[in-house]
Amino acid sequence: MDEQEQQKAPILTALQRYKSMRVVPFDVPGHKQGKGNRELTEFLGERCLAVDVNSMKPLDNLCHPVSVIHEAEQLAADAFGAAHAFFMVNGTTSAVQSMIMSVCKRGEKIIMPRNVHRSAINALIISGAIPVYVNPSTNHKLGIPLGMSLQDVKTAMEEHPDAKAVLVNNPTYYGICSNLQEITRLAHEAGMAVLVDEAHGTHFYFGENLPISAMAAGADLAAVSMHKTGGSLTQSSFLLSNGRVKPGYIRQIINLTQTTSGSYLLLSSLDISRRNLALHGKEIFRKVCEMAQYAREEINRIPGYYAFSTELIDGDAVYDFDTTKLSVHTRDIGLAGIEVYDLLRDDYDIQIEFGDIGNILAIISVGDNDLAIERLVSALSEIRRRYAKDPKGMFDHEYINPVVVMTPQEAFYASKHGVPIAESAGEICSEFVMCYPPGIPILAPGEWITQEILGYIAYAKEKGCFLTGTEDVRIENINVVTKD
Amino acid sequence: MKLWYTEKHSKDARFSIKVERQWVSQQSEFQKIDVMESQEFGRFLTLDGLMMLTEKDEFIYHDMIVHVAMATHPQVKRVLVIGGGDGGTVRELARYDCVERIDLVEIDSMVVQVCREFFPQTTCKLEDSRVHIHFEDGLRFVRSKEDEYDLIIVDSTDPFGPGEGLFTREFYGNCYKALKLEGIMVNQHESPYYEKYAESMRRAHSRIVDCFPVCRVYQAHIPTYPSGHWLFGLASKKYDPVLDFDQAAQERWEALGLHTRYYNTELHKGCFALPTYVKELLAERE
Repeated sequence: MDEQEQQKAPILTALQRYKSMRVVPFDVPGHKQGKGNRELTEFLGERCLAVDVNSMKPLDNLCHPVSVIHEAEQLAADAFGAAHAFFMVNGTTSAVQSMIMSVCKRGEKIIMPRNVHRSAINALIISGAIPVYVNPSTNHKLGIPLGMSLQDVKTAMEEHPDAKAVLVNNPTYYGICSNLQEITRLAHEAGMAVLVDEAHGTHFYFGENLPISAMAAGADLAAVSMHKTGGSLTQSSFLLSNGRVKPGYIRQIINLTQTTSGSYLLLSSLDISRRNLALHGKEIFRKVCEMAQYAREEINRIPGYYAFSTELIDGDAVYDFDTTKLSVHTRDIGLAGIEVYDLLRDDYDIQIEFGDIGNILAIISVGDNDLAIERLVSALSEIRRRYAKDPKGMFDHEYINPVVVMTPQEAFYASKHGVPIAESAGEICSEFVMCYPPGIPILAPGEWITQEILGYIAYAKEKGCFLTGTEDVRIENINVVTKD
Repeated sequence: MKLWYTEKHSKDARFSIKVERQWVSQQSEFQKIDVMESQEFGRFLTLDGLMMLTEKDEFIYHDMIVHVAMATHPQVKRVLVIGGGDGGTVRELARYDCVERIDLVEIDSMVVQVCREFFPQTTCKLEDSRVHIHFEDGLRFVRSKEDEYDLIIVDSTDPFGPGEGLFTREFYGNCYKALKLEGIMVNQHESPYYEKYAESMRRAHSRIVDCFPVCRVYQAHIPTYPSGHWLFGLASKKYDPVLDFDQAAQERWEALGLHTRYYNTELHKGCFALPTYVKELLAERE
């Protein structure tokens, strides 16, 4: 990484120059630098609206970058150790989808863990690629899915030598990493591309003593959610490439679904955040690790909570652990993670990332300070004092391995009909059911609906999880494939 | 040349004091600390530009944050003061022989250092052998305490800076836990008049009401605080500062023979009588 060059922020500079030119706009957007929408301007600020502008020669064009966006992408590639970086404004979802569609066409196979984000399975519905699921290992005490064991990946590769790619979460929502380097080596030997969902791994590129990043491990493509832990605006993201897939082709794939009106608010936020992390990332993430570690130690002093960390590392399905993640197991105080999540928000004005059946996850990032951490720890201590109960009878697992009967695309587009969820056991699901967050499907299109899964869904609903995915917004009916 | 200190009491209302000279202006890890000299109020301390205390009127605040609870609870032995780095609260507490230990938890050591140099009037009892000073976050300190204190005094800044954590439900809940069965918590409760302060007051009140069985609010007139009309909260596990402040309690306090310039037992009874609009504001959150 060239530190001198990283001082630059070409999109920021171009926007500043554009502002100083006091251009009279007769183009879109119609709010004309905010003048046409007083209320919005008052709320968001004049400076913000003044740079919410359209693509134009001095500002480049996201669909075909040749000047300042191109330059900013090169700087980002250098900062992340990639051959190419693509600025994404439709979320990491679109980065994951572009990544998969860049290497898998209809009918081609892709090996992936089942606990992927919905965006990965959505890519299969769109493209018609066929998933070969590697069931993740599970930690039974915590009830969470782990990474993929190397042997399972190897077996999948041997059984499906025609697969085009392997997709790896680095890390999972809970901070767990698979053996990415070794998986990459095996995949490349077998002629498969390696795609990495790094929605929660931006900091791996800048911090020290963190798990290895996709580009450093030699992976081919990675979707990096800059907005999650890197400080850019929501919806902004990077797609990174090591150069093995032709960059022009990746751009074409991106342009299939990405907006032609790329927001300069998002683009400049990527540019500025990249510069910040390139110059100060090491120091920022050192502090983040310290805060997370402090919080873990304090929380583990409160009886009943378990804030897990590197002690889970087993050399295989938990090859490495991301210590910036503050995941806490809550079941032993007799409360589901989602209940603690709700109490934190409703009683203590503390919003954390998610709560599921047995755990909560708090994101610690560049924007946190010690005083905020103290509030979280103290609130957890209070929740235990006021609400702890006997954990008997609580659901003890988070993840159920599904049985896949059809490809996601076949099942999604098959003739289907709605049935009440409670009566759907034995049918093939035609849509998603998931708690959001984290957005990892409980059921995906093409999977067998079992009594066990229905029990899990009912429990999640009862505990107050926010369920999504079905066509029926009340999540009472589910679409199943009509048998001929 | 004319030098004036101005504090914005609201977006459109300001309060100014003519300044003779400035003694200190420094930035600590947590806040900006300034000490100035004036004719009208003597020397005064501001944190992040907000008035904390003046030599002339600090006795009102410190009388009221200490003596009401001390006269309510018959036997206070262990006291926790959170904030209060200027030492004024400790000074008043140290006048009671029944007090055996005072833990002062101030997040910002620079505040104590500056006050020691410029406000001997308030810091004069920090050397008392019963006083133990801890420089850490109050929320963190109180978290590990259980059934330890007879009285907790929350002598904090406003909830728009490092003091924010001291206006939260988790903090009040942890204070409840740290108090003994008959314990009392007193907090500076902001002001009912200007909207920003009134909102802080309402939020604090609703959170305290959730934690303690007895919650009372009382008032004092503090000329240099926004609107001059300031409130304190008294939350208690057992004693009611009005109903239990009977003839015997009054005589007990008077027998101590403490001379106080603002507080007296008559005022004790009266300060809990609140204006109607304040009662209505508080009732909204009960």
